Amino acid sequence: MTALPEGTGRKLGLVIDLDICVGCQACATSCKEWNTGGYSAPLSDHDPYGADPSGAWLNRIHSYEVTGPAGGGRTVHFPRSCLHCEEPDCVTVCPTGASYKRAEDGIVLVNPDTCIGCKLCSWACPYGAREYDHDDGVMKKCTLCVDRIYNETLAEEDRVPACVRACPTGARAFGDLGDPDSAVSRQVADRGGFDLLAEFGYKPVNKYLPPRINTVAAEPAPAPEPVAAPGGSTVEGFFAWVDRALSGRGG
Amino acid sequence: MGHEPRIDLHAKVGDHVAKTTCYMCACRCGIDVHVRDGKVRYIEGNRDHPVNRGVLCGKGSAGIMQHYSPARLSAPMKRVGPRGSGRFEEIGWDEALQIATGWLAEVRRTDPRKLAFFTGRDQSQSLTGYWAMQFGTPNFAAHGGFCSVNMAAGGLYTFGGAFWEFGDPDWEHTRYFLLFGVAEDHASNPIKIGIGKLKGRGVKVVSVNPVRTGYNAVADEWVGIRPGTDGLFVGALIQELFRTRQVDLDYLARYTNAPWLVIDAPGMADHGLFARDAEGNPMVWSTATGDFASGMAGETAPAMTGARVLPDGRRARPVFEMMAERYLSDEYAPEAVAERCGVPADQTRRIAAELAHVAFREEIVLDRPWTDAWGRRHDRMIGRPVSMHAMRGISAHSNGFQTCRMIHVLQILLGTIDCPGGFRYKPPYPNTAPPPLRPHGRPDEVAPDTPLPGPHLGFPLGPEHLLLDGDGRPARIDKGFSWDAPMSAHGLMHMVINNAATRDPYGIDVLFMYMANMAWNSSMNVPGTLDALTATDENGDYLIPKIIYSDAYYSETVPFADLILPDTTYLERWDCISLLDRPISEPDHAADAIRHPVVTPERDVRGFQEVLIDLGARLKLPGFVTDDGAPRYPGGYPDYIVNHERKPGVGPLAGWRGAEGDKTGVGAPNPGQLDRYIANGAFCTIPIAPEHAYYKHANRGYLDWAVEIGFRPTAAPTVFQLYCEPLQRFRLAAEGHGDRQPPDHARDRIIRHFDPLPFWYPPFEGELVAAGAYPLHAITQRPMHMYHSWGSQNAWLRQITAENRLYIHRDLGARIGVVDEDWVWLTSHLGRVKCQVRLMEGVNPDTVWTWNAIGKRRGAWGLSGDAPESARGFLLNHLISELLPEGGGGYRYSNSDPITGQAAWFDLRVAIEKAEPGERTEPYFEPLGTAGRPAAPDRLAFGAEWRGRGA
Repeated sequence: MTALPEGTGRKLGLVIDLDICVGCQACATSCKEWNTGGYSAPLSDHDPYGADPSGAWLNRIHSYEVTGPAGGGRTVHFPRSCLHCEEPDCVTVCPTGASYKRAEDGIVLVNPDTCIGCKLCSWACPYGAREYDHDDGVMKKCTLCVDRIYNETLAEEDRVPACVRACPTGARAFGDLGDPDSAVSRQVADRGGFDLLAEFGYKPVNKYLPPRINTVAAEPAPAPEPVAAPGGSTVEGFFAWVDRALSGRGG
Repeated sequence: MGHEPRIDLHAKVGDHVAKTTCYMCACRCGIDVHVRDGKVRYIEGNRDHPVNRGVLCGKGSAGIMQHYSPARLSAPMKRVGPRGSGRFEEIGWDEALQIATGWLAEVRRTDPRKLAFFTGRDQSQSLTGYWAMQFGTPNFAAHGGFCSVNMAAGGLYTFGGAFWEFGDPDWEHTRYFLLFGVAEDHASNPIKIGIGKLKGRGVKVVSVNPVRTGYNAVADEWVGIRPGTDGLFVGALIQELFRTRQVDLDYLARYTNAPWLVIDAPGMADHGLFARDAEGNPMVWSTATGDFASGMAGETAPAMTGARVLPDGRRARPVFEMMAERYLSDEYAPEAVAERCGVPADQTRRIAAELAHVAFREEIVLDRPWTDAWGRRHDRMIGRPVSMHAMRGISAHSNGFQTCRMIHVLQILLGTIDCPGGFRYKPPYPNTAPPPLRPHGRPDEVAPDTPLPGPHLGFPLGPEHLLLDGDGRPARIDKGFSWDAPMSAHGLMHMVINNAATRDPYGIDVLFMYMANMAWNSSMNVPGTLDALTATDENGDYLIPKIIYSDAYYSETVPFADLILPDTTYLERWDCISLLDRPISEPDHAADAIRHPVVTPERDVRGFQEVLIDLGARLKLPGFVTDDGAPRYPGGYPDYIVNHERKPGVGPLAGWRGAEGDKTGVGAPNPGQLDRYIANGAFCTIPIAPEHAYYKHANRGYLDWAVEIGFRPTAAPTVFQLYCEPLQRFRLAAEGHGDRQPPDHARDRIIRHFDPLPFWYPPFEGELVAAGAYPLHAITQRPMHMYHSWGSQNAWLRQITAENRLYIHRDLGARIGVVDEDWVWLTSHLGRVKCQVRLMEGVNPDTVWTWNAIGKRRGAWGLSGDAPESARGFLLNHLISELLPEGGGGYRYSNSDPITGQAAWFDLRVAIEKAEPGERTEPYFEPLGTAGRPAAPDRLAFGAEWRGRGA
């Protein structure tokens, strides 16, 4: 079984804004595209043009309805990937040490050279975030694009996970959730960010921001004038207003 | 921690980055393609690009699988079995081009009408249209007639702009956003970026849509409207604004034809036209001088009410007075529309109050001085920060043109067009309303071996601009610009195959199509279309004798063509996203772009535009050969992009013109132009000066600049046409005035629908089918990860969606006794489909819907015969008739908007009943032959070769 580090220097993770995720799949396909040629290469696809296409994905989007009282329901788009928990059972169950949590930044990784594909970790993860690559014979999971975020061959602004780089609505942010002053931590504090299935106690690093409703406090419409001018029609009353409004106007 | 494995944190991505333009949908985002070992390693958004600013959607990020699809065509082919059999013989390009040239030359020499050239999802219409013009056939259009011509025409006739390509919400400043009929489409990344910004700023987003998915799912308020009733709902909002006296009278007086006087002389030939002075200017009544004045002179105090007696003694009334009468009528009362729209009156009133509140009480001011079209200096820009966007759900109805205009009227009453926080034009728009192009293709303009004297498509101002033969019959194969669809600015591609096979209005010899899946999901009535493609005459010859088709993939349409010209993928080609065509501008700058080959095809394929230019030279089309008959563009498409001039100094690309590359807009061809584009990331932006950035329709500085750079024909302001006079001209003809008269069966239809003031009428299909027989509305949406991405064979995207369900309201499910995954029959007046249901809450209770174009036919797209797309996918197309049921007079019109000819996909009415369980959807088509193509791979390990290979 595999030990966790005493603590991690940083807690790198994602903040996912359910208020503006429109379910476009950009984070899923950009993730697949980056990682199939990156650290996790390949993310195999099985029967890709056949009856039962399937493959290894490190990030999947689920869309479903939450029903509410009297039409108060909502369609929710919910991106799901590894949450890089502070106390991940998926690591501690690993018999070979292939699964590990990086001491430096808290990223949970699988070493493909020592993974034996026993799948214990996927059973241990309550979030369903690990995917077994049947063709490659090893477990795959979100790496937080560890081969992007420090990569000096990339421009500094591109050293973020592919999903964050791609997200068109800006619903994904990346940063150090162990630093209370980081932009992501402040966002979590401001918006009431929450842990997924907090009651399980794995202390996920990734946070989700809840939907919110923007409103307009419209003043009541101007006191309705008489619907019709005395003795006139609705239209005549309106014309009288137009004439009054325009007669006050300069040349 | 010493035991952690060492990993390469600095692995290089590719050998180089090539910047080009995406083609996974119609947005045309900038992409950075990382190329490694000659293969595509990774595609991401170009941070500098004006459209996407670095982000990239789910389709664009799956571009690798589109590029490497096993469904790609590999060589030219000629058909050797019957149509549909998929029996082809591969041939070389020389032979293919010889065959095409032979067929086309014969048509051009004898009767150019016998070529119908329709180009689908073409992004090079300025080239393909020019080619068709030089050929001389009247029969050309792209796919706009079955996509969104109602939006383009509705906007252009009203305010010289339009939603989407010609304008956008002011995402930076808007404080209230109303979204009509946009689920997951038009546009992709720009709307997503915009919605993210709005929600982040606390701006309220209201969506009006029968279905609560996609953008509607994140809206702050969802109005689950009944399909086809948006115009009625908007009419009620307008009534509320009138009733509560919340309209921008100054804005209306300055920028619109609200004060223009309309002749009130029923029965006369000019009834309902504008009263005009001796110079032809529309007249207003000046309250300042107590006399008539020109409506174009910037009169500051025109009367908005009150009939006037014209100098000739007749009566005339301002447009605004007529509008007020219409929208204050009981017909548009919120209570009166509530049941029909499915929107409670309280909700309508509240939304109207919110619109007015934000527009008038949250006014924003930019300290930016500007000068208006009449030379008056303004020290600030006043903004009414309400913006709107609308697309497919408005467009795809037979009342879409008028509904689109109604939305624009709402925007204009609030004073929100091109003001800070409102809806902003994207240059080269605004144009005049409508643009000064008229259609060409009348019989006297068509002659053997002769180019057409002007472009095919345009904006008729009255019956004189229709394309009719001497008997008043349609001159075009699609009946565009005929009495059936007088203002069909994008043609009617959806009618071409049916019309050609029934030889109505006439038969053709060659059907030439590009990038449109007309034998499947791009046609109404698929079985009927397949019959038309395969129908034969008494000699056994096909009624459509020759079909040439160009596509990059083995789609359902390929097996029905006789000659296949295989196109490249988007990463292997040159292209030009031209300001002459469909621009990619944003409000603060004009923009154009190119595609250039970033990888080399290993197949024997050629870009379609390359082939078209070659064919043009072989056919000796005047624009494609020099005076001595040699090819004018021996360097192919890039040669054309650089050296073609539409007018002296004006070519496909606006950037880096002139011998030194220092001219913008107008300038001599620059041999180094494409290198400059490539060096700049494959695009060019032309910034708009800040003082020109708003009120562009009446901003002196902008108007003058736009004329100088070639964007506008005139520096006169664009006056918003609340009252659309061209419609009245058609109506007068239908009432018997003038010498161009519609057939009798068309008179009532034109009189009713060509109302110069926008109004709502029920969509046609629901009025023509037996009452109560088809109680439900049925519509489709394209999933966000597949919108406009022709080719759901994409190995990654099909893992997300490979089969579709019919989504129905829970209450409907309970009524017919079905639960998730149960089977139902869905029946229309045309046919029936068997499919599985899923229940949901966020759908209008009288509406059912499904994802569009998921269903595939066996044999196509390189998919296996048991792919879920064919076994569990289905199309609503099988239920949608291309012809309306017979109405009064016995004539069967196309299932289209009566004004623009826009395909009325969403008018569909259906009945639903529970079905016996099944194994597969119906209809279940016979498999298409596969042209001997090899089977697709049964596994992919894309990128495996790069594992562990760092720097």
